[in-house]
Amino acid sequence: MKSEAVSWFRVQEMFRFQGFQMYGIFMTAIPTAALSIFILRKFKIKTLDGEPVQVRKKKFNWGYVYGGILFGIGWALTGACPGPIYVQIGSGLSIAIITLLSALAGTWTYSYLKPKLPH
Amino acid sequence: MLGISGTLRQVCAMCFPANIPFLKYNWKAQLWNIFFAAGLLIGGFIGGALLKPVTQMPLSPATVHVLSSYGISPQRNILPVEIFNWAHLFTWQHLVIIIGGGFLVGFGTRYAGGCTSGHGISGLSTLQWPSLVAVALFFISGILTANFLLPLLLK
Repeated sequence: MKSEAVSWFRVQEMFRFQGFQMYGIFMTAIPTAALSIFILRKFKIKTLDGEPVQVRKKKFNWGYVYGGILFGIGWALTGACPGPIYVQIGSGLSIAIITLLSALAGTWTYSYLKPKLPH
Repeated sequence: MLGISGTLRQVCAMCFPANIPFLKYNWKAQLWNIFFAAGLLIGGFIGGALLKPVTQMPLSPATVHVLSSYGISPQRNILPVEIFNWAHLFTWQHLVIIIGGGFLVGFGTRYAGGCTSGHGISGLSTLQWPSLVAVALFFISGILTANFLLPLLLK
């Protein structure tokens, strides 16, 4: 919340290359995640259920391309990827409930159409 | 699944599975994800409502200039009230932005198998090239949308 990555304004600034803040967040989050995963593996830390922590390898399919393009449009319009929608609602902006319901409708529609879509 | 867009699929699976194969999976095994989403809501409330910023967010002057030409002023909220507003929801431009945009977030992230957290942070930090493809494409399409499509809608 306080990093402002959930802000529509900050997202517009990022997509116009007029500010560095969002890029700074990604550039610190990615190495932090990489370091965390390295530590999890190094010390063979288990989950609460006693399972080893595994990161499943992603196999390329064309959905990454089509889906990526569609998501980018939605992200720039709403200023929200899925996480920030929850934060927006929590912060008292009740209209973000409409964004969330629309996103649920989108996920449901994808699930329904999945067998027919090119991947 | 290591990403927040997974919660959208989970809510669909919990509430309206409708016999769709993609929504029939063991979502109970990933209940932690729903707790994470609840945490985001609570965090949003603490950061955005209880500790509401007393000043406007500092934005680059270039961004302020462009947005003001669309009638959007910098403010203390994280969404511009000029667009995200119940009273103006039913103009077609705002329907496209809020409902169309929200729909594409849900549809696109599932089609791409992840979002900014699943691909951008989890995927890139584990050096998975399909995630890099997805991230590159959602950035390119976001750049085009913010610079060309959004200005048309806000005119």
